[in-house]
Amino acid sequence: MLKIKNLHATVDGKEILKGINLAMGFGEVHAIMGPNGSGKSTLSYVLAGRDGYEVTKGEVLYNGKNLLEMKPEERAGEGVFLAFQYPVELPGVSSMNFLKAAVNAVRKYRGENELDAMDFLKFVRETTKMLNITDDMLKRAVNVGFSGGEKKRNEVLQMAVLKPTLSVLDETDSGLDVDALRIVGDGVTALRSPHRSMLVITHYQRLLDHIVPDEVHILADGKIVRSGGKELAVELEEEGYSRYTADAA
Amino acid sequence: MPAINETVDQVKSVEKYKYGFVTDIDAEFAPKGLNEDIVRFISAKKEEPAWLLEWRIKAFRHWLTMDEPDWAKIGYPPIDYNDAYYYSAPKSGDEGPESLDEVDPEILATYEKLGIPLHEQAVLAGVKNVAIDAVFDSVSVATTFKETLAGHGVIFCPISEAVKNHPELVQKYMGSVVPTADNYFAALNSAVFTDGSFVFIPKGVRCPMELSTYFRINAANTGQFERTLIIAEEGSYVSYLEGCTAPMRDENQLHAAVVELVAKDDAEIKYSTVQNWYPGDENGVGGIYNFVTKRGACRGKNSKISWTQVETGSAITWKYPSCILQGDNSVGEFYSVAITNNFQQADTGTKMIHLGKNTSSRIIAKGISAGKSQSTYRGLVKMMPKADGGRNFTQCDSLLIGKECGAHTIPYIESKNPSARVEHEATTSKIADDQLFYCRQRGIAEEEAIALIVNGFCREVLQELPMEFAVEAQKLVGISLEGSVG
Repeated sequence: MLKIKNLHATVDGKEILKGINLAMGFGEVHAIMGPNGSGKSTLSYVLAGRDGYEVTKGEVLYNGKNLLEMKPEERAGEGVFLAFQYPVELPGVSSMNFLKAAVNAVRKYRGENELDAMDFLKFVRETTKMLNITDDMLKRAVNVGFSGGEKKRNEVLQMAVLKPTLSVLDETDSGLDVDALRIVGDGVTALRSPHRSMLVITHYQRLLDHIVPDEVHILADGKIVRSGGKELAVELEEEGYSRYTADAA
Repeated sequence: MPAINETVDQVKSVEKYKYGFVTDIDAEFAPKGLNEDIVRFISAKKEEPAWLLEWRIKAFRHWLTMDEPDWAKIGYPPIDYNDAYYYSAPKSGDEGPESLDEVDPEILATYEKLGIPLHEQAVLAGVKNVAIDAVFDSVSVATTFKETLAGHGVIFCPISEAVKNHPELVQKYMGSVVPTADNYFAALNSAVFTDGSFVFIPKGVRCPMELSTYFRINAANTGQFERTLIIAEEGSYVSYLEGCTAPMRDENQLHAAVVELVAKDDAEIKYSTVQNWYPGDENGVGGIYNFVTKRGACRGKNSKISWTQVETGSAITWKYPSCILQGDNSVGEFYSVAITNNFQQADTGTKMIHLGKNTSSRIIAKGISAGKSQSTYRGLVKMMPKADGGRNFTQCDSLLIGKECGAHTIPYIESKNPSARVEHEATTSKIADDQLFYCRQRGIAEEEAIALIVNGFCREVLQELPMEFAVEAQKLVGISLEGSVG
């Protein structure tokens, strides 16, 4: 469902991704691990279509379509979701309103009818309970004054209601304590299905205890330098990244 | 193919300002120009008593001695006051319409198109519980629910009718809050005002429905000079809303209104405005010049006047709805959203004059600038020597969209009482790239994302609007900013 071929990308004229190759099938969960500055976040932004992340070479096929030609909102409509490492604050915009605007925008893109307020509330309540999200949190402005854990739970809530087919989780474990990590991990795991694929980007192995990957890739200096099964993550945790950064340098 | 492009652009701009149509109707005009004869003409048309004609003439003579104010941060070519019509009324026989059935169907259709149904049944069938006075160019063409309101002792009628039926009230209060010589545009209005609404809420009455006036400029080259007077007697309450639209025209049109509010002991007036005059096109051609004087007097103890305004239209907005807090413990509030796009210029704010003890005021002003527009908040908070325990809180937030617009905050604070407390907070921000990207990643297209973020920014103010209008105002915020990015 996702094919990344020889992807090169620059930020402010500096090449960050230097030829990434990756293929994912439906329902698969792949983890991308790597040291700081290896290009993990850049990869997630390139997939989501953020301005300023310029693709200079290569292609990304998503369900057979050229993903790189689409605007960010079209990619979202096609089912690409990015859980942000640093979720953005939207003062004055209630989480509930934001969710509703997003869900209806995506439904419209997919040719489905928009949900009214009552149906929407019912639809959201099914998910909020699992993620331990209170109605009070839905009334508050998006991410404003949220704790680290609340922000990440809110990301997973959005992911759950938008029903993406490709989710990119960018360091979703950062800033979480053990309990929050478990809630988020269980939340994401509950969303696994044969139709949904996930790309889990992380620095540490601990998130992968909760979201068990089918494959693990090691990203260093803008390239995937090694791929393997979930045991690769454990190995990394023990040995660290030094040999990969050394290799790359 | 420039011709095709032109058509496409025209269609696009029509969509942006959907109230830009003209109603084709026979109208009666005063001769073009401004002089004492025109003032007499208007007064005669309205069959006014002698005292009112004298009042107008005095105002006119004073106006001739005054200079147009130039302190606001707005720029425009000199206005030729002689190159406009000061009176335009739809022809409907010699007398005005006696009832809704007699109103020209073209005019009813116009208001229908604007989303303002004037048939009482239509209003009753909907959710809106609103009585409407419809002012078309220089005259009020219809007022709904007059009888229902009269049952509660509430007077809601065109001011020209109030002059005839309630002269003692008009004579007592008109000009008592905004004197004829108050400022250049107030003096002009006093000389040539044509219509507007009159509201009187008797002692102890809570007005059973929202009152609303809908102002429509239709005729070309015509100014609109309306005057609104609201009197809330002891312990009464009224919520009043005004809306305004005008056709799209290449020339600028002048709108200079005066609004006066009087609140007695324990009375409360809530005055809301959704101002959507034609703002001009994206090259800054055309649009309404909006020079308005609005002032409320909290004359009684524990009285309260609250101004809420959503200003999205007009090429130029010059407007400072103010409160004179005379009664002890009286409260003044000003909630404002001013949106400017393209070449619009807004210089708006408020004045809170604290005279009585323990008076308090609250100012929340949100300015949003896009395109090449300029938005200025200008406010005065004045604590007079007897305003013991006076309190003010002011918050001014500006949001910039794009790189070519400007936002300015000019607060004046004068305190002559050491026990008074004045607080001022101001912020300026931009819609951040990461906010836009976050919304777009969730499937929300760029323009909708901007509307969402801006509505969030204005939320504190929009939630002050009556329920019936809040949703409309939210949509308007989105429409006004269309084309502001790209």
